Amino acid sequence: MLNFLPRRLLELLPTLFLVSVLIFSLQQLLPGDPALVMAGEEGDPAVIEQIRRQYRLDQPLPLQYLHWMGNVLQGDLGESMRIKQPVAQLIAEKLPVTLQLGTMAMLFALLIGIPAGIVSAVRKGTAWDTAANVVALAGLSTPNFWLGIMMIFLFSVSLGWLPASGYVSLLEDPLQSLATTVMPAFVLGSGIAAVLMRHMRSSLLQAMAADYVRTARAKGLLEHQVVLRHGLRNALTPVITLGALEFGTLLSGAVLTEQVFSVPGLGKLIVDAVFNRDYAVVQGVVLVTATVYILLNLLADVLYVLANPRLRA
Amino acid sequence: MKFSPTLKRLTLGLALLGAAAAAQAQTTLRIGLAEDPDVLDPTFGRTYVGRIVFKSICDKLFDIDDKLAIVPQLALGHSTSADGRTVTIRLRPGVKFHDGEPMTAEAVKFSLDRHLTAQGSFRRAEIAQVDKVEVVDPLTVRLLLKTPFAPLMAQLTDRAGMIISPKAAAAAGDKFGNAPVCAGPYKFTERVAQDRIVVDRFADYWDKGRVHIDRIVYRPIQDSTVRLANLRSGQLDLLERMLATDVGEVRKDSRLRLATGFELGYQGITLNVANGEKANSPLGKDARVRRALELAIDREALDQVVFNGLNQANNQWVSPANPYYQARFPTPKRDVARAKALLREAGVRTPLALDFMVPNNPETRAAAEVIQSMAAEVGFDLKIRVTEFATSLNEAEKGNFQMYMLAWSGRTDPDGNIFSFASCKGPLNYGRYCDPALDALLEKARSTTAVAERKSLYEQAAAKWLAEGSVIYLYHRALLFAHSPRLEGFKVMPDGLIRVTDLKLK
Repeated sequence: MLNFLPRRLLELLPTLFLVSVLIFSLQQLLPGDPALVMAGEEGDPAVIEQIRRQYRLDQPLPLQYLHWMGNVLQGDLGESMRIKQPVAQLIAEKLPVTLQLGTMAMLFALLIGIPAGIVSAVRKGTAWDTAANVVALAGLSTPNFWLGIMMIFLFSVSLGWLPASGYVSLLEDPLQSLATTVMPAFVLGSGIAAVLMRHMRSSLLQAMAADYVRTARAKGLLEHQVVLRHGLRNALTPVITLGALEFGTLLSGAVLTEQVFSVPGLGKLIVDAVFNRDYAVVQGVVLVTATVYILLNLLADVLYVLANPRLRA
Repeated sequence: MKFSPTLKRLTLGLALLGAAAAAQAQTTLRIGLAEDPDVLDPTFGRTYVGRIVFKSICDKLFDIDDKLAIVPQLALGHSTSADGRTVTIRLRPGVKFHDGEPMTAEAVKFSLDRHLTAQGSFRRAEIAQVDKVEVVDPLTVRLLLKTPFAPLMAQLTDRAGMIISPKAAAAAGDKFGNAPVCAGPYKFTERVAQDRIVVDRFADYWDKGRVHIDRIVYRPIQDSTVRLANLRSGQLDLLERMLATDVGEVRKDSRLRLATGFELGYQGITLNVANGEKANSPLGKDARVRRALELAIDREALDQVVFNGLNQANNQWVSPANPYYQARFPTPKRDVARAKALLREAGVRTPLALDFMVPNNPETRAAAEVIQSMAAEVGFDLKIRVTEFATSLNEAEKGNFQMYMLAWSGRTDPDGNIFSFASCKGPLNYGRYCDPALDALLEKARSTTAVAERKSLYEQAAAKWLAEGSVIYLYHRALLFAHSPRLEGFKVMPDGLIRVTDLKLK
């Protein structure tokens, strides 16, 4: 039933190739000269010249690309111009942080969004529905950075319950790790919860109006059985797609939220790299997040099959 | 509501952690930085924030005191030959590097040679006049200069004067900056990019009586509001580069202390006088128009409106407290009538539209807007073009601007604040002002060590440069630090870099 997997995995290669060409060329459109930025305040011409040579910035773009790609194929993503650490090491350091943050945010989103969507659809037109909609609207329209700063003021500055910033690894100290990530994860998850809730609601309403639901009711099933076994199962497909896309976005780094809570994840890494014109880091991060994104889409397809028996050809 | 049990557990956990930390009684100073430093190698480092971290890891041959006077650190003293071309430095005995190796004349020669010859060294230009470094005896080195160079000692108070362990450097190769080994009060322990840099007290430090804190953790937190929130919630003990607009709040908060000083650098406006097409404007061609623009600006009002009066308004490249400040040229008062008259004299048809490039930073942008409205009264129509910083450097280099709001972090020696900006071939002379007579004065000033004579050379330079040059100096920015009352002994130094000796945590 999952015989599409090998083909899809093969399709990954041309996609990644295109992504790599795209990011390489788009980066050149960024105004500003990396050598000038790297040369520091003094802007010594000899140093600028030296940086251009050292990082092959003086070579034609296709040559630069071939050199980089050659190294990537050998597993070498290059070195950060700014801090002289291997890009692969930087990504390996940041990816677990972003994965943890993204997973926790997704958990928040699912735990809030799906039940709220179901309640709102099943109790359509009641006070429950209105309340869920109002909360969802608030979740959607509150900017992440503002919510983040407000939470810092409440939980860190006033109450002193949670650390205002930073990150501790799960392996190092699980409790402290949760303490440092719970606020950013909630901030990130709240926006997605609202989106999920809205989609869950409309998708379930549609499913509940279908003939098979009427049939299920006619068979005398209890209402919760009708909703959970017949309505929800069919209504989940679009929500899974959406969830996977949102999760993918989370993994490419939640730039603003990571900035507010000083969580050293991929988002912070790439933003700093863009401002410092640290090309190797930008390219490496984009390549890795593109891979993760594509794999997540694949995972979503697998989940469809599991959720919807009709797709099990 | 459903989170409260989790929160309770977390709170309990945190409390337990706090108790455990207190029981160990290890003192840790947590410093909030405005950016993540670049590579921690004295030869290849190039950021201000990196210099802050170096202060705990790498001692230098010399340092500056709070009056900007040069004092010995790893050196004991120096002497300069009569022709100014030989500098002999005596070294402090008994100094050890973090790897236990002794700091000797060989190590000094190794470090200075590395600055001078390493591929991509950012220090070469700073000490380029050094031709050769000779070891006289284990505790004496001799620097032979190509030409006399007055700023040399000042350069040796910063990264160019940092001495690294030759053994560690040879072992680490180009990865030395990932774990620097120097002779500072703290030794490098770990770095997680964009998260923290941890250094621990070095037991064999030559001046260990002045080191009272066991560990320092530097944490980059870019957003200034968040940095301050971290200090208020107790996650930081000290932070640098606070916003001027937050000063009122910090003063009112009994849990916080404020420490201020003025930077060695300045904020100015670079004017395009000869860099490409855009120089072909009355502003670029006629010094009277440039003076009219300067007279349109009320520096004091600008400071009051945007910076709560915390900055120091000034019209020169060094501050009024600097020995090289020229009292003969005080900051001109705003004079709209005179400015208008100058424009008339120059035959300028108003409004004169000018492209004003401003790096994207909230405070700089606000200052530019105030200048825009002041200049409008005189007849200038400043078109503000907010530009991301890296892009603005490129645009400046290409001459795609008429006015460029450019800040300089400042150097200990006055030469560092003027030479690169005003000399014909200066790499930071984006306006491309060029006057061989001014060049001669600046060259002479950098090879003259007698203060009075040097000051008189700068006075002649100022007469020319301030009257018709291509930079309008506006103000020296306030160095704003906030810290917890637990931290004692913190002093703002003129270079704005945090000295970690003599600090105590209650």
